[in-house]
Amino acid sequence: MFKYLKQLTSLVAMVAVLFTFTTETMAAKKSKTLKNTQKKGFVRCGVSQGLPGFSNADAAGNWTGVDVDVCRAVAAAVLGDANKVKFTPLSAKERFTALTSNEIDILSRNTTWTLSRDADIGLTFVGVNFYDGQGFMVRKNSGISSVNDFKAGVSACTNLGTTTELNMRDFFNSKGIQYEPVTFEKADEVVAAYDAGRCDTYTTDKSGLAAQRIKLSNPDDHMVLPETISKEPLGPVVRQGDSVWEDIVRWSLNTMIEAEEYGVTSANADSMKTSDNPAVKRLVGAEGELGAALGLDNEWSLRIIKQVGNYGESYKRNIADTGILPDRGPNELWTKGGILYVPPAR
Amino acid sequence: MNIKKILPQLLTLLVVILVFGFFSYNAQINMENRGITFGYGFLSQESSFDVQFSLIDYDGSHSYFRAYLVGLLNTILVSVIGIIFATIIGVVVGIARLSNNYLINRTASVYVEFFRNIPLLLQIFFWYFAALRALPLPQDTEPMFGVFFLTIKGFFVPAFVWNNLDVFIYSIIAAIISIIFIRIYAKKKQENEGIQTPVLSISIGLLLILPILSFLFGGVDASVEIPVIKQLSQSGFTFEGGIKLPPELISLALALSLYTATFIAECVRAGVQGVSKGQKEAAASIGLTPNQVLKLVVMPQALRIIIPPTTNQYLNLTKNSSLAAAIAYPDLVLVFAGTALMQTGRAIEIVSITMLTYLSLSISISIFMNWYNKKIAIKEK
Repeated sequence: MFKYLKQLTSLVAMVAVLFTFTTETMAAKKSKTLKNTQKKGFVRCGVSQGLPGFSNADAAGNWTGVDVDVCRAVAAAVLGDANKVKFTPLSAKERFTALTSNEIDILSRNTTWTLSRDADIGLTFVGVNFYDGQGFMVRKNSGISSVNDFKAGVSACTNLGTTTELNMRDFFNSKGIQYEPVTFEKADEVVAAYDAGRCDTYTTDKSGLAAQRIKLSNPDDHMVLPETISKEPLGPVVRQGDSVWEDIVRWSLNTMIEAEEYGVTSANADSMKTSDNPAVKRLVGAEGELGAALGLDNEWSLRIIKQVGNYGESYKRNIADTGILPDRGPNELWTKGGILYVPPAR
Repeated sequence: MNIKKILPQLLTLLVVILVFGFFSYNAQINMENRGITFGYGFLSQESSFDVQFSLIDYDGSHSYFRAYLVGLLNTILVSVIGIIFATIIGVVVGIARLSNNYLINRTASVYVEFFRNIPLLLQIFFWYFAALRALPLPQDTEPMFGVFFLTIKGFFVPAFVWNNLDVFIYSIIAAIISIIFIRIYAKKKQENEGIQTPVLSISIGLLLILPILSFLFGGVDASVEIPVIKQLSQSGFTFEGGIKLPPELISLALALSLYTATFIAECVRAGVQGVSKGQKEAAASIGLTPNQVLKLVVMPQALRIIIPPTTNQYLNLTKNSSLAAAIAYPDLVLVFAGTALMQTGRAIEIVSITMLTYLSLSISISIFMNWYNKKIAIKEK
């Protein structure tokens, strides 16, 4: 009796689904995060406690940075307004717990994508918005011009609980150099301790070194060594188990990069609707039904480009024009000698 | 037993069980939903991070459990140093507050009011960054007594290099055991015959003579290893050899002792003031010297008032040492609940272990202090 009842109900359900079938409601039904975000009216985004160029708040509380722009892109796509984001500043220690315990929905906080983080602790990395690598900062008058000049007994200041700590060990071990790691919970204390002379070198991601150097008492007395000792692909993270939300964040980021590739900017996005190139037309929502697959309307990508801009604009505004890293290095499009290469939006 | 008595007990128990059950069930469901596994297996995995300062042999090739021990020992180290110095400073300042000398009295009061009314974290930052600003670079430092070097990178002190260290330690243990026996004997002798034995001089003599004998006949030999300056780069220097006390340890111990000493000073003052004047006068009237009055009459009674609140201060100091994470002293919170937590992502496991560890530390201190308190309590005869 129960067996039949079960089959009957599933049949009824299937028929009901067929009748009310639209991909939009399907996606919205599947994604709890999307539904909650639309209900709340803002995207909950975890950012750093202040890293210029990536996520940094000004005196008025306005957040800027390339990490911030990822969250803004998602807000533009999902809610139609790039400003509907609630930013939560998080320490390196708090960030994953905040995400897994539902305090935030996107973690966009210069976080390195590694296997164990991706697979082990209930997180999913959706892409890379900045290719970084770990480097060293030293005093210019030390005469050190390469990582090969370090000698046993060197003390290195860094942040607690980041991949930096592990890379540093691998690096010094491979060189056979005994070293003294001095690890602080907050970046400001690392800078202060290095500045005072507690450490011979300050090591973290090179973008971080460039950004923090400005905070030193005499930035010109310090330099970043040319070598990069690790791969640090930084990217946004979401909770595991909500594949629709994951797709939305991934493709919001990809849209920004692809828009740059096709020369679509915040200024010309509207006029691109009549472009001859079908790829460009798809990108601005003039062709195809790509938004529906994500549970969104068809203008979602156009809004991202118009309100946030493409990746190149975001980079220029936040990182190049602020003097942090004027040279895009690997963060240049693949067509221009970099390694930014995203799957096609079609 | 009637039902009126049992029912509230049962209800309380039920509520406690329900609350705990709800929270663990909730955590379990949420962890399952997010694909987070639970387990302590990670403790035996390789930690792959290094620690600045460790009392036991450790590097990144050891396990997370070993990293836990490193953090625990560092916490115990700074707590023990803090408790010793806080007690010394506290007793001195507490007695100074009772002094008739206006200047001493006022200085002690100002010290107490100043240090106990500023948040501890601020004091830790102050001592750490003040020390970093004030201390010289290794190449600029002037040696103290030719062998101690206080620099921004730490306090470098000479180390002893021992031969047959075990014989030396045995000689000290032997000295301590004989002192205990002599004390028991002296007490008996005084009770039976009323004759006092100079226990203190005999004890000091034993503590000196036995180790010296171990040097002369036991094959014990110690040489001193003095720190030597070492150039790392054109402008960077450090010291090699000897023992290095990191500036983080020094400033943390300093901040903890100075802060906690203010509270202990108040306990001491209250304790001494709590002994009634009549006791002192009575003791003096039976012909005890002022020293004997303090030692035999005032202090034993004052200690009964001082010990319980001082125990609290010891517990506070131990727990406050967890603020070490702010200034890079590798204590339990920084190493285990910090780096290890972030590398493994096992928040629930690591935080629960850390909480249990602090609980055990506090309970151990409590048990010891309660034992001591019982020992000095009035024995009704």
